[in-house]
Amino acid sequence: MRRRLEAALAFACALGAVLLLAAPGPAQDAGGGRTVSEPSQPSPGLVAEGRRLFLEGCSSCHGEDARGLPDRAPTLVGVGAAAADFYLRTGRMPLPDPQQQPRRTESFYDEREIDALVSYVAGLGGPPIPAVDPASGDLAHGFELFGEMCAGCHQIVGRGGMTTRAWVPDLQQSAPIDVAEAVAVGPYVMPVFTGQLTRHDVDSLARYVAYAKDPDDVGGWGIGHIGPIPEGMVTWLLAGTALVLTIRLIGERTTE
Amino acid sequence: MSWPKVLAGWLLTRVLGRARAARELDERRRREARLREQTQRHAAERAHAQRRADLLDRLERGQDEEAARREAAHALEHDHEQIRRRRAEPPPTIEREPVSSPRAEWAVILALLAMATGAVGFMVFYVAYPDTQLLGLCLGLALVFGGVAAATAGKRVVPQEQVAEPYHHHGDPALQQDVRAIVSEGRDGISRRKLIAGAAGVAGASVATAAAFPIASLGPDVGQRIYTTPWRAGRRIVDSRGRRLTTGDVDLGAFVLAFPEGAARDDLGAPIVLLRFDASELSLPPELARYAPEGIVAYSRICTHAGCAVSMFRHPSYPATEPGDALVCPCHFSTFDPRRGGEVLFGPAARALPQLPLRVGAGGELEAAGDFTAPIGPSYGGIRLGDEEL
Repeated sequence: MRRRLEAALAFACALGAVLLLAAPGPAQDAGGGRTVSEPSQPSPGLVAEGRRLFLEGCSSCHGEDARGLPDRAPTLVGVGAAAADFYLRTGRMPLPDPQQQPRRTESFYDEREIDALVSYVAGLGGPPIPAVDPASGDLAHGFELFGEMCAGCHQIVGRGGMTTRAWVPDLQQSAPIDVAEAVAVGPYVMPVFTGQLTRHDVDSLARYVAYAKDPDDVGGWGIGHIGPIPEGMVTWLLAGTALVLTIRLIGERTTE
Repeated sequence: MSWPKVLAGWLLTRVLGRARAARELDERRRREARLREQTQRHAAERAHAQRRADLLDRLERGQDEEAARREAAHALEHDHEQIRRRRAEPPPTIEREPVSSPRAEWAVILALLAMATGAVGFMVFYVAYPDTQLLGLCLGLALVFGGVAAATAGKRVVPQEQVAEPYHHHGDPALQQDVRAIVSEGRDGISRRKLIAGAAGVAGASVATAAAFPIASLGPDVGQRIYTTPWRAGRRIVDSRGRRLTTGDVDLGAFVLAFPEGAARDDLGAPIVLLRFDASELSLPPELARYAPEGIVAYSRICTHAGCAVSMFRHPSYPATEPGDALVCPCHFSTFDPRRGGEVLFGPAARALPQLPLRVGAGGELEAAGDFTAPIGPSYGGIRLGDEEL
């Protein structure tokens, strides 16, 4: 009886391993997303409030005139609302230490304060916050573009990773607007992609990023979507268990 | 009594019937008695071996030479006597039971033929449709069926024996003879010996041939493919959607994947990356300095270490705290400096990323001004240092 059970277990493990090996990558899905529109014209009061917050929280690195301090932080003249909104809303700025890599955290400022700071930085010139509508994007097209331009660093289902001297963030918490801003701004060590992308391309990318948060794992278990090495390790673990059970099944044990 | 044993006993009496349970219990008792007897015998043999070792020791040290020699001769005689006795009559403790049945034999034969089929499938897919998952599935099934055949043969075809043996001294010709005898006795009670041997031969030969098949991947088919690229002077550059690229399509800080116009894209030499730098930042080899129009440079997208796609471009937005634009390969983090002719900054790559000389064609479109500066793709043997002529 126990042998039967072992046989069944061994078979189940082997089958699981085979299925895992044969599991294909992510596939189609009808994903959605939310639309983010451009902010309305800022009032002078908001800009003044932004200036005050800037002097309080940002000027120690970016300088009182926002033109940066040598070897400390870059100028903000010309970076525009897109960069300010991206860095502040995702909690990447302010940095506790200017030598650190900005990482996504809880935003330090509330929504109104971010609006004020963004209005102030926007007043220094530069591109506005881009518009994005993932619902009008094409998921398959987004997947193709993501594979060509983003997956090298961010990994094909957006789980991040690393490059030389920097972590690559995962895109689990990225809103569509984050995607649109990031490709336009090229934050930290990321290149700039706007020149190569149409509005439809960006919508499609944002739609794919939203989809990749919870992709449809056709044929298998995603194992955290962190790539072939853990997948291989899980497969080996199952295959190893199947082998041990098979050996138990074939061998005989006598008591002395 | 632990609960698994209780459960097993209950199941045995329920499922197999009391008679069989009693039989099994009886057999187990006999087996245990046999093992006890064997254990005793082994203890005696061990004591004997110990005595002999002591003797040899004494001989070596030259004590009591005469007596020791006598004893040694006696011990040797004892050994031979033992072996003779064992060979004369198989020890009663060995219980042989020829178990082979036509059903089991056919199962082994079918498993072996399935193994051969898997191997043949590997060869067929290798030639006709080389999909790695299908190749792996075929080879995997061949090995699984091989294992099934071996396990079934071991349990249901060759005679089953219960024997416990002490550790022997090696190199004794008489014992070697014993081993040969045991191996040839393994055929007892098997009626389709030739068929099984034949099926095993077919299965073994198929798997061996399948294993040799991928050698073709090193063969003539590769040819000059790794030395020639589609890039020629005047070849236009297109993006992944086939649009011709102009200098205006490559912004500062952009990372543009591009291909040769009208050539196969999956060719190792086809994909390039285009980057733009401030001309003052560039420090290219002198012969390439004039092939970077408006500060735009092009490199092979294939890493010179292991041939992965160099798909990462780190472009710091504030180089003062985070220096260095760099092309990075995600496989082993080989890092190349695109402003200095692709030289290696970090990682296992041994030579620079091959650069493609660029120029601006008639309509402001970007085009190649020649082939790459060095062989593309992974480094090995003669092209490791990259200074050979193409």
